[in-house]
Amino acid sequence: MELAVDAVSHRYGAVVALDEISLRVAPGEFLVIIGPSGCGKSTLLGIIGGILAPSAGRVRVGGAVPSDCLNPITYIFQDFALLPWRTVEGNVALPLEHHRLPEAARAARIADALARTGLTEFRGAFPKQLSGGMRQRVGIARALAARPAMLLMDEPLSALDAQTRELLMEDLLALWLRERLGVVYVTHNLTEALRLADRIVVLSRRPGRIREIVSIEMPQAERGRPEAQVEIARLHDRLWQLIKSEAQVAERELTTADGGGDDA
Amino acid sequence: MPDDRIAPAAAASDLRDIEFRGGGFQAAARPGAALFFFVLILAVWELAVREGWLNPIFLPAPSSAMRALWELTVSGLLWKHLGVSLLRIGAGWALGSMFGILVGVGMGIWSLARSLGLAVVSALFPIPKIALLPLFILWLGIGEQSKIAIIALGVFFPTTIAVYNGIDAVPRNLIRMAQSFGVPMTAIVRKVILPGALPSILAGFRITTSISLILLVAAEMIGAEYGIGAFILQAGNLMQTDQLLAGVAVLSVLGLAVSALLTRLERRLLRWR
Repeated sequence: MELAVDAVSHRYGAVVALDEISLRVAPGEFLVIIGPSGCGKSTLLGIIGGILAPSAGRVRVGGAVPSDCLNPITYIFQDFALLPWRTVEGNVALPLEHHRLPEAARAARIADALARTGLTEFRGAFPKQLSGGMRQRVGIARALAARPAMLLMDEPLSALDAQTRELLMEDLLALWLRERLGVVYVTHNLTEALRLADRIVVLSRRPGRIREIVSIEMPQAERGRPEAQVEIARLHDRLWQLIKSEAQVAERELTTADGGGDDA
Repeated sequence: MPDDRIAPAAAASDLRDIEFRGGGFQAAARPGAALFFFVLILAVWELAVREGWLNPIFLPAPSSAMRALWELTVSGLLWKHLGVSLLRIGAGWALGSMFGILVGVGMGIWSLARSLGLAVVSALFPIPKIALLPLFILWLGIGEQSKIAIIALGVFFPTTIAVYNGIDAVPRNLIRMAQSFGVPMTAIVRKVILPGALPSILAGFRITTSISLILLVAAEMIGAEYGIGAFILQAGNLMQTDQLLAGVAVLSVLGLAVSALLTRLERRLLRWR
C-alpha cells in the first residue's frame, strides 16, 4: 500500500502546528520523521492515521491491500494504550472483535500475533504485571493481529529504558525485514532513525515544515556492522546539524512561552 | 600531588553504623485489633450501665439491646420491618442508580448533554433531599411511591456525578486507540469507556448505598407502619430505648453487609488494578 500526504497543514487555534507538508511513503518503505519538540510530528502521524482532521490538505492511500487486512493503517502508541482491565490476549483480540471472523480464524490470528512477539506464555497476564518492553510488545501484537498494510509508530520506544529500547529495536527491525510493511515512524532519537529508516524526513521547529529528506542507501541489516559505523556517524552528524539549532530555539520557546513539552 | 580536599581514610575501628531513618507511615494489618476494640467498648458500656454510671432509660446496656433484638427476631417482627425496608431501599437505589448511570454516561460522552446536565446537576446536588420529602408526599401520596422516589432522587445525583467523572477520567488515548482500529462508537462505550469508569462508578455505589440508608430511615419516620425507621421512631416515642437500639443495630448490620458486598464486587471486577 502506498501513502500520499498532500499539502497538509494543521492549526491548534491560532498556533500553526504543521505547514504544507507533502510526502509519499512507498509500499514496504520505512519512513522516519524527526524534528525538534513541538514541531508537529505526532500531529502529522495522527492526521495520517485518520484520528485527527487536518486544517488543510489531505492524505490518500493507493495500491493493493492484503485480503486478510482488517485495518490497513494501524497505530502503535508511545504509551502503549493497553486496556488495563484486559489480559494480553484480550488486548490483542480488541481489533478483531468488531469484524465477522470465524472463531477459529480469530483465535489463529491472536495466537500468531502472540507467537511473533514472544508473548504466548504471557497471554493471561494483565498489563500491570508486564514490564514496559513487554507492554509495547502487546501493542505491536495487537497491531499485527489486524494484519495491517502500513504501521504508524509514535515514538514507540521512548517510554522504555535504554537496554529494553535496544532489544525491542532489534525485534522491530527483524519484524519489519520479515513482513516488509510500510512504516511511518516518529522519533526524537537519531540512533533509532539511522538504524531503521529508508528515508528520514527532518521537520523544522513549529510551524513544522519539511526541512530535508535524507535517504539512507545502506540496507538496514548491515547497519549494525562495525564497518558501517563511520558512515552511520557521518549521517548522525549531518542530521544533528540539521536539527540542532532548531531544537535549541524550540526548547527555549517551549520553556518560556507555554512550558509545554508535548509534541503538538 | 595528593588532593587535600579528600580526608584521609578512617581507621576500621572508627567506622560506625549509619542511623536508620526510614520506617513508619505504612498501613500494617493488625488482625483482631478492631474486634478487641469493639468488644472493649461494649464491655465498658455494659459496666457503666450495671454500675449505675449511666441511666438505662436513656442508654440501655448492650445486653438489653441484644435481648430486645433476639425477641424481635423470634417474634418475626424484625423480618416484617426489614423486608419492607429492603424493598423500599432496593427499589429506590436501583431506580436512582439506573437513571444516574444513563444521565452520567450521556453527560460523559456527549458535549451537549454535558453542557445542559452539568449546570442542573451541580445546582440540585447540594440540596438536602430530605427537605423535598413533604413535596414528594404532596405529589405522590404518603405511601410507598414517595419513599422510593426520595431514595431514588438521593441516589441519582451522586451516581450521575460518579459516572460522569469516571468517564471523564478515562484516558483519551485509549479511546483514540480504539478509534484507530475502527471500533464502532457503541463498542467503544461498552469496551473502553464503561470499564474505564468502573472504579469511579463502584466508589459512587459505596456513597449512594449510605445515602439511601439515611433517606430510608428518614422517609420511614413519616407515615409508615412498617420499616426499620418506623420501628425506631415508635420505640423512641414509647421510651423503649432497648428496642430503639436493636433497630439501630439492624441498620448497622445492614450497612456492613452492603459494604462487604461492594468490597467483594470491587475485588472481582477491579482485580486488574
